Amino acid sequence: MTRKPLILRNPSILIVLAVLAGFTLTVTLLSQAYGSGVIPTSMIKVLGKTLCLALAAVAMDLVWGYLGILSLGQMAFFALGGYMIGQWLMYARTEAIVAASMAQNPIPPTPAELQTGVANQIFGVVGSSDLPLVWSFAHSLPIQLALVVLVPGVLALVFGWLAFRSRVNGVYLSILTQAMTLALALWLFQNDSGFRGNNGLSGLQNIPGLEGVGQARLSVWFLWASALALGVAYLLAAWVISGKFGSVVRAIRDDETRVRFLGYPVEGFKLAVFTLAAMMTAIAGALYYPQAGIINPAELAPIASIYLAVWVAIGGRGRLYGAIIGAVVVSLLSSWFTGGRAPAIELPFYSVNWVDWWQVLLGVAFVLVTLFAPRGIAGIVDWLGGVMPPRRHGRDLGPDQGALQEQEAKA
Amino acid sequence: MTHATRPLIAALVAFLLLIPALPAHANDALRAVVAQNMDQIEKPSRRTVGPLIDQIAATGAEGVALLGAWADRRLGLSTDGRVLIVDGDIVTDAVTGAPVPGADPKMLRPNSGVRGVIESALVASQISDPDPAIRSAALESIARSGTADHLAALTAAAADPDPTLQARRDRLRTLLTIQHDDDSATRIAAIESLGGDVGLDFRAVLNPLLSTRQIAATAPPEGANIARELSPGDDALSRNAAYDLLKAQGIAQPRLTADAQRDALAAHIADGAVGGIPVADLSDPAARDRAYKALEATGQVTPAATEAEAQAAIDAHRFYEVYAEPDSAVTDAATAAQRSAQTRLLAMRGVDLGLDALSLASIYFLAAIGLAITFGVMGVINMAHGEFIMMGAYTGYVVQGLISDRTLSLIVALPAAFAVTFIAGVALYRLVIRHLAKRPLETLLATFGVSIALQQLAKNIFGTQARPLTAPGWLEGAITVNDVISISTIRVAIFVLAVLFLGLFLFIMKRTRLGLEVRAVTQNPGMAASMGINPDRIAMMTFGLGSGIAGIAGVAIGLFAQVTSELGQQYIVQSFMTVVVGGVGNIWGTLAGAGLIGVLSKVIESFNPSNTLAAQTFMILFIVIFIQFRPRGIIPQRGRAAEA
Repeated sequence: MTRKPLILRNPSILIVLAVLAGFTLTVTLLSQAYGSGVIPTSMIKVLGKTLCLALAAVAMDLVWGYLGILSLGQMAFFALGGYMIGQWLMYARTEAIVAASMAQNPIPPTPAELQTGVANQIFGVVGSSDLPLVWSFAHSLPIQLALVVLVPGVLALVFGWLAFRSRVNGVYLSILTQAMTLALALWLFQNDSGFRGNNGLSGLQNIPGLEGVGQARLSVWFLWASALALGVAYLLAAWVISGKFGSVVRAIRDDETRVRFLGYPVEGFKLAVFTLAAMMTAIAGALYYPQAGIINPAELAPIASIYLAVWVAIGGRGRLYGAIIGAVVVSLLSSWFTGGRAPAIELPFYSVNWVDWWQVLLGVAFVLVTLFAPRGIAGIVDWLGGVMPPRRHGRDLGPDQGALQEQEAKA
Repeated sequence: MTHATRPLIAALVAFLLLIPALPAHANDALRAVVAQNMDQIEKPSRRTVGPLIDQIAATGAEGVALLGAWADRRLGLSTDGRVLIVDGDIVTDAVTGAPVPGADPKMLRPNSGVRGVIESALVASQISDPDPAIRSAALESIARSGTADHLAALTAAAADPDPTLQARRDRLRTLLTIQHDDDSATRIAAIESLGGDVGLDFRAVLNPLLSTRQIAATAPPEGANIARELSPGDDALSRNAAYDLLKAQGIAQPRLTADAQRDALAAHIADGAVGGIPVADLSDPAARDRAYKALEATGQVTPAATEAEAQAAIDAHRFYEVYAEPDSAVTDAATAAQRSAQTRLLAMRGVDLGLDALSLASIYFLAAIGLAITFGVMGVINMAHGEFIMMGAYTGYVVQGLISDRTLSLIVALPAAFAVTFIAGVALYRLVIRHLAKRPLETLLATFGVSIALQQLAKNIFGTQARPLTAPGWLEGAITVNDVISISTIRVAIFVLAVLFLGLFLFIMKRTRLGLEVRAVTQNPGMAASMGINPDRIAMMTFGLGSGIAGIAGVAIGLFAQVTSELGQQYIVQSFMTVVVGGVGNIWGTLAGAGLIGVLSKVIESFNPSNTLAAQTFMILFIVIFIQFRPRGIIPQRGRAAEA
């Protein structure tokens, strides 16, 4: 039986890619570096970072919306990706600076002296002058790029294997992922873990070797890279959840035990999707932090991962485009509200300042979405497309007693 | 010694300065003694001054004050031959105690030998003073810095009428004997009499006895009390340290460091080359060595020790650790005493650690008990639990603002916090959780939304800075058993509170109608409903109860932690861990979980006390691994309820 190509089976992919391309093109044409300059560079960076967050949200949707694991540790992978690329960015840039200053000396520096100088420069703030073991490969861009996906991938693989094989499920698994993130954050907070403690890695917006390019053009390049990564990841995710593999994954979400009894290696499926999502998240992080310029362990706070879940929930889980919509809408709204640009509401007795009240609004909105619109914003799309199940007012879906209930079919 | 006694003597002098206000104070005996021995006072000799000092001391308080000033070099002679005490700008006559304005006395400078004699005479008079406060102060001053003279004075003094002071004096004398006695046998006996004692003072006496220094020599040093021989390359003495030792003793040349080499090369650049090697090539360490060799050959730089020479120098010498104390019998006794002290110390540290762990466990238990009810009994995940703890703490803060009496406000705050969080819990249940029954992940998320909103709300109301929640006076301070074991009162109170709550929980669950109904609903809601129990109402009450207990825990936690809007967040993950590790649905499981986490945290922390972050990291890792082996916790839920 010949199957239609992936894209034709899922027209939403085409729409998402087209919108993404259109968005990228529009922003490029309105940027300072390549167009009219309507959008300032700082805004381009915000948009580029938002695309990275959308990529992380797609991965979250894969894990939560399709596999049914509410992972509260996705930001750990995100930050790890950022740390891995940050190591190279910081090392290479510091090396260039130190080499330039050492070139003033009458005697050219030995490689060992250069490394000591770099280590002094980077780790002076935490009172150390040795290059930790974890920085062994920091000089090499290809190795660090590989580590961007390998380190989070291996972490996800080991953690997932441990958790899935002992059948930790549901809420327990969520708490466990949160604990993993907390442990990683606490470890990174230590000065002697080799990642500069709570100072984190900074100056990441300066790309070594591209000093002459300027932030205006760099930010657009990063926007392109982020958009490309998002597009490719979206395609990959859509491909993963289509076909037989995707059916099994969704079946695991709906009834893991039943799938296991049917003879499928549930743990393998879960591990594969969990690890893939971790790697996607790590790539998102590796693209995000050079645009943000700084990374520190606070980025791994448990709350950050939960925000990711909030975005996906508001956007609509179980729909890949829902994750993108949620991440983009909520994070842009969030930066608008917390940036102090939203007008305050003047009540007769109190002035609602959105910088203070946005979190409250977000929390309440989140509760309301969970209660009344479990499909999130993507539910509107479903509704427009007429895919909502018919209202049967609780009657069975089939003729027999014990047939699927409406409640079950919805979930 | 003089520094230590100065406050005491100054106090005495200040006391004496009040005397001029009283009539008929002039000390005729002192006047006579001073007049007869003027030359001795002016030029005292250590050997002959003793009887004079005894005479002066015998004249009473003024004499003692004079001696104090003398020992402190604050005694001067006026031009008309009067003895004056100088205290800063105030000058008084030592005999009459009358102020002498505008005097310009010639200061007396007794040598240290004389001062030692004076001081021990002073202490001797103080430790036999009728006032117990002065005797106690004298002992304290000797304890701070005792000398051999003090030892003699202590030995000679008559027995103290107060048995506690006498005990202190005996201990002090033993300690001074160890430090200053001439006879080794006496010292060893003194050390052995205190064997196994863990007091800080005894350990402080032993440490200098056992202090060592490292020396390098070609043969074992004659007459030195050698602790052990070191071999370079060990943990105790690295090769570099050994070489530094040789350098410090002037036996070996300094080795050429990389920096020194670079500077030497930089100083000898000629025509873009050093020693015939182009500067551009000097980024290679081997090229630098060649260039330096070339410079050495031409005599432009001093030859430095090479690696091989350093090696030879180290090999040619033997390294010893030598005690500062020359008598080996004493050091042996001290080592034995220290070893037995350390063993007991270790045991006591263990007890102390156990107390710490117990108090940490009770904090976790308090924070988790509410969660154990809502999550454990009802299976409802409440991520806003931490915020209920925070609400309780803020309630305590508000109540404290209304009622100034600390004890009363605490008594009011506990039920108030319960009421506030009970209502909040019931509201949360009715508005949110009831509608998400049987959808645990969504309950988790929705309550998380509530948690975000509550946290920000608290920030908006109370600000971001920490609010103090002060404990009443009787909860401050600590219960101290000895130098090692102590526990703050507030932690004892929290432990008591945790035990109370355990009892309360057991009482409610096993002895009341509500508890019966809760257990019924937990086991089989359908059957419970058919027996006339309203499961919805019971669930609501249970949720309210769990939240209320969280509020009370908040007050307790607020007493020792800073009350901020993030207070709850710090405890929520640990609380969940406690419940999950312990096993869901069982209060004893929660207790076991809290105990395990508390003890392990403290034990891990004790390995590296400075790094609590690492302790927490390992703790969480441990829990993650623990869940692997006991996915259902220490006390797993059994039976039908476990299936749900």
